Amino acid sequence: MAGVTFDHVYKRYGDLVVVNDFNIQVADKEFLVFVGPSGCGKSTSLRMLAGLEEISDGRVLIGDRVVNNVAPKDRDVAMVFQSYALYPHMTVYDNMAFGLKLRKTPRQIIDQRVNEAAKSLGIDHLLDRRPRQLSGGQRQRVAVGRAIVREPAVFLMDEPLSNLDAKLRVEARSFISKLHQRLETTFIYVTHDQVEAMTMGTRICVLSAGKLQQIDTPYNLYHNPHNVFVAGFIGSPSMNFFDAQLKPDGEALVVDTGVFKIAVPPAKAAPFRSHSGKEVILGIRPEDIHDVEFLPPGIIPAQVESNVEVVEQMGNEMIIYLEEGGKNFIARTDPRTKARVGARMGIVFNLDNMHLFDRNTELSLAFDHKQKEAAARA
Amino acid sequence: MRRQPLSPISAILQTAAAHAILITYTLVALFPVILVVVNSFKARKAIFDAPFTLPTPETWSLIGYETVFERSNFPLYFLNSTMVTVGTLILIFIAGTMAAHALAEYRFPGNALMGLYLSIGIMVPIRLGTVSLLRLLVGLGLTNTLTGLILVYTASGLPLAIFVLTQFMRQVPRDLKDAARVDGASEYRIYWLILPLIRPAIGTVMVFNMIPIWNDLWFPLILAPGESVKTVTLGAQVFLGQFVSDWNAVLSSLTLSAVPVIGLYILFSRQLIRGLTSGAVK
Repeated sequence: MAGVTFDHVYKRYGDLVVVNDFNIQVADKEFLVFVGPSGCGKSTSLRMLAGLEEISDGRVLIGDRVVNNVAPKDRDVAMVFQSYALYPHMTVYDNMAFGLKLRKTPRQIIDQRVNEAAKSLGIDHLLDRRPRQLSGGQRQRVAVGRAIVREPAVFLMDEPLSNLDAKLRVEARSFISKLHQRLETTFIYVTHDQVEAMTMGTRICVLSAGKLQQIDTPYNLYHNPHNVFVAGFIGSPSMNFFDAQLKPDGEALVVDTGVFKIAVPPAKAAPFRSHSGKEVILGIRPEDIHDVEFLPPGIIPAQVESNVEVVEQMGNEMIIYLEEGGKNFIARTDPRTKARVGARMGIVFNLDNMHLFDRNTELSLAFDHKQKEAAARA
Repeated sequence: MRRQPLSPISAILQTAAAHAILITYTLVALFPVILVVVNSFKARKAIFDAPFTLPTPETWSLIGYETVFERSNFPLYFLNSTMVTVGTLILIFIAGTMAAHALAEYRFPGNALMGLYLSIGIMVPIRLGTVSLLRLLVGLGLTNTLTGLILVYTASGLPLAIFVLTQFMRQVPRDLKDAARVDGASEYRIYWLILPLIRPAIGTVMVFNMIPIWNDLWFPLILAPGESVKTVTLGAQVFLGQFVSDWNAVLSSLTLSAVPVIGLYILFSRQLIRGLTSGAVK
């Protein structure tokens, strides 16, 4: 049981900076997810924590102990790899017992722990098999089992689900979440899939190009993204962005995209007042664009019109690809929407959930304001 | 371009042609060996009168084998050959796999250069250095010893062994080694963990080294010609005289010396075939 601290950590390969001033604290028993596109430094950060990569600068702590120069085996961590990395010439039992045997754990305890873990993972009937005789899902469980029996202070998982097919992945997701609840240990989980990150993490750490973008709960990441990158990365389909200008209009504020002119609702205007006249980016999520005929109650509407290019009927919802003035964007609407390809349709932006970003810094203009609001609610 | 499916007849013809070629090659390759074995069981006169016939009750004779065991120290030669071959293989195994592991696994300055240096031996025939080797062994007092032979063979076998094994070790996934590291394995334990995964490569390297060493005449003749350290191949030469050769004995000793090589080859051959073809397809 231990928390983890990255204290201004850097990883450099020559002139290439792969991890740039990574600085986070992970609480004990937390399920933290590193998420980001490939090459963002998330795996490298995890491998530095495991001791498989050298740390160029800064400190990594597990609990209160600086582990920069501690060998992987002495860090009290266990890791699940993307490729599972099962020892092909050993049985499932030996794979799981390997770490314990190396630590000279008494035979009896090894036996007990392996059997217990195997039972809880539903692989107790496979203990005599070799990895190549197992299916992908079974291998994945063995890899998790190998980590469980070690009873480590920190679990590290490097994209453990990305080799599974879609159906198994959904099952494995809840299985790992349950595992975290049962074991009450710190989990650090790396993935490039934002759905995995949102569904599993107690907090999520979004990385891009070696830099920490935002670390927060799934709810806050979605509702109060710190910058354009996070806003676009979290959510699927991703947020629509419009280059715009924030203009004063008497007492009120107007967001002018050139195509649409949207009045900022007075209740929302407070954090934006000081930015009047600035070049901004307007962000609206597809789920906040509605068909004018099917408006959910309690939204702050702003009605516009647009051309329909493609319609995808999903049954529970409808994805509509829209175009207006050469600008493409996506709406996710009620499935009963009668949108016809090539026709114009009336759409409504829910301004309750609008986001504005500074076009130069790409930072959210209302970030601090919304954080205070969230803190006040809590 | 898709190949047209063959009609049954031409498919059979094609298979038959392939087999005919293979069978011809097998016969050509095996013919001298069979000739040696067959004639080693015949009386001297029959060897010259009808070299291509199988021994009949009249021509059957074990005189060659009797001569080998009476007139020469064959069991000792056999032991010497075995010790030299096995000793060399053990050294090549230990040094070769360890060097290959280091080259494949660790990034250190001069890694590529070291790999290149170690593979130069593949291109330079060791026999070119015979005179220097002899001087060196004389200086070390290792002439007429099995140790001297073992060291020379190890040196000559290592370059190819390291080259082949490094390539195979590189194919072992990095995650596997990292998993072992996190599991708590020392670097030596990781090396042990990987060895069974490249068994085909090790088998291949062993066979390729074993046969030339067992059959070698050159180095035993020059570096260790003493009676107590003679190898089988060298021992067989005593029956080849300048004026008279005891063909029965020569053929018998050659037959005997081939037996262990064939045995070991069969033992390793499964690994060998896997080693030669692995990597070709996934």
